[in-house]
Amino acid sequence: MSSFKDVLNQYDWDKTMLSILSKTEEDVKQALHKNKRTLEDFKALISPAAKSFLEEMAQLSSRITKKRFGNTMQMYAPMYLSNECQNICTYCGFSLTNKIPRRTLTDEEILKEVAFLKAKGYDHVLLVTGEANRTVGVDYLNNAIQLIRSQFSNISIEVQPLDQEEYELLIQNGLYAVLVYQETYHREEYKKHHPKGKKSNFDYRLETPDRLGKAGVHKIGLGALFGLEDWRADSFFTALHLKYLQKTYWKTKYSISFPRLRPFSGGLEPKVEMTDPDLVQLICAYRLLDEDVELSISTREREVFRDHIVQLGITSMSAESKTNPGGYTIDKQSLEQFEISDERSTETIAEMLKNQYLEPVWKDWENDWVSMTGFK
Amino acid sequence: MNNDILKIADKEFNSRLFTGTGKFSSSGLMEQAINASESELVTVALKRVDVKDNQDDILIHLKDARINLLPNTSGVRDAKEAVFAAQLAREALETNWIKLEIHPDPKYLLPDPIETLKAAEELVKSGFVVMPYIHADPVLCKRLEEVGTQCVMPLGAPIGTNKGLKTLDFLEIIIEQSNVPVVVDAGIGTPSHAAAAMELGADAVLVNTAIAVSQNPVAMGIAFKMAVEAGRMAYNAKLAPVQDKKAMASSPLTNFLYE
Ligand code: SF4
Repeated sequence: MSSFKDVLNQYDWDKTMLSILSKTEEDVKQALHKNKRTLEDFKALISPAAKSFLEEMAQLSSRITKKRFGNTMQMYAPMYLSNECQNICTYCGFSLTNKIPRRTLTDEEILKEVAFLKAKGYDHVLLVTGEANRTVGVDYLNNAIQLIRSQFSNISIEVQPLDQEEYELLIQNGLYAVLVYQETYHREEYKKHHPKGKKSNFDYRLETPDRLGKAGVHKIGLGALFGLEDWRADSFFTALHLKYLQKTYWKTKYSISFPRLRPFSGGLEPKVEMTDPDLVQLICAYRLLDEDVELSISTREREVFRDHIVQLGITSMSAESKTNPGGYTIDKQSLEQFEISDERSTETIAEMLKNQYLEPVWKDWENDWVSMTGFK
Repeated sequence: MNNDILKIADKEFNSRLFTGTGKFSSSGLMEQAINASESELVTVALKRVDVKDNQDDILIHLKDARINLLPNTSGVRDAKEAVFAAQLAREALETNWIKLEIHPDPKYLLPDPIETLKAAEELVKSGFVVMPYIHADPVLCKRLEEVGTQCVMPLGAPIGTNKGLKTLDFLEIIIEQSNVPVVVDAGIGTPSHAAAAMELGADAVLVNTAIAVSQNPVAMGIAFKMAVEAGRMAYNAKLAPVQDKKAMASSPLTNFLYE
């Protein structure tokens, strides 16, 4: 059976770039005034030509988002289980060559972190690890999910790519969603940033959502890491990926995230800068392309930005995140994967949302359904 | 030269107008109208032709090499009957193509989704190219695609009504999501309906009553041919958007970026 690799192989990076950059204001106007937009329209909306239409895009995006999602915001919290990692990724604090103390949470520690998040009101948790198959392989993940399953309605993971059977096992035991970012869709650039370890296998990572779709996962999260390569081309390929997946694995939900390179211990300077207006443009462009896709923003972004972006198309966000294992209750000082920017408490964020007439939603799924409805 | 060729299973079609054989006042007129329409896929009801007789009046008029016969199972009421009918058609007409129609309801002839899905799965397994006639139901279309049908044929309006694209919103979703060709079947009553379906992005349309029952089926066949071509051309040329008037005086949502 074919996969997204076959689709991507039909595209040339430079030609795609050129085609985005050559979009005109007329193309943007056309895209804005349509009901259904194509990937060509998306190109126009992320092109430099669309810069002067930002407010119009924002108005539209806001309206469409409200129509589909209402005045709500899904809340989730990341929970780092381990910072052990056998990969070298040039942009990450957990990278193998980074001399930091390594820690993997025990069952007891996991439950302590869980208690903290539950007290804050979270019912949706995102488990995060590095890639260390011996210590945090599928058995570890499976154990963690089963351990906390009764406490959360919605469990997602952001870990190393797994095989289809491994996903099937985790789904059966309570896993709801998997986030796996391609980082960049540029093969050569990808190689440069992932010189060593399993992650250096571009195709295996690229085909992860296909394996997830076949395993019947409820939700798949996609994204590119902005800063490695041109954000416009990477976003186009992400959108292409999204459209392919929606058509192929049509029972699955999708979400997009927008991580921008953040400072971390041993830091890499972004090769390509993505400004705040760029990010707003991109978020709106996704919404105009797809009314249903969930758009998620993390605490990487600063306060003012987050306060405004919640009206523009974003449908889910985290708050008060810690990006180190045990960061909430156990090891507050240990090294983070990256620095977060919005450090406000969960309560403050909830207040901010309410002041903007948005309802923070903590529970939006019933975990007991996961294995019951596991479809294939 | 036509570069815009429609492919279904292993066959290529220059014309995106599919036609039918019922309701013509004579087989001779049927032949003329179909020829004028340049249609290359013509559906015939198995229940209407005498397959044992190679002098059957309908079949004999469809001997043109350009025309592919598409037997349909019209008249069957469930999956079992449909599978049987398809096998009969394959033997008799020497084609593994089948238009799957299951309508247990004799009044509106509305397709039964559950029996259709069942029959489609079985027929695909036994090597048929299955073209299922169904309600404009996007989920059913995906389910059919998954069991391996080579296209889907959602209806525009109840069969024979000539009411046009009453299911427009659902057709739009089906076209957006489909990985197989979408053929709008039933309900198309005028060339402008056909053009509209093609503008929407349908891969083909199937028209029968509107041609057969018109005062001049030959002229109507030509009119439909032109309408389908015009609609397809418009779709390929990408329609200009409808412009609505909107003034944007201030920038309440994005001003924060520049503060
Ligand atoms: S990005 Fe992931 S795989 Fe790469 S070093 Fe960091 S934790 Fe490991």
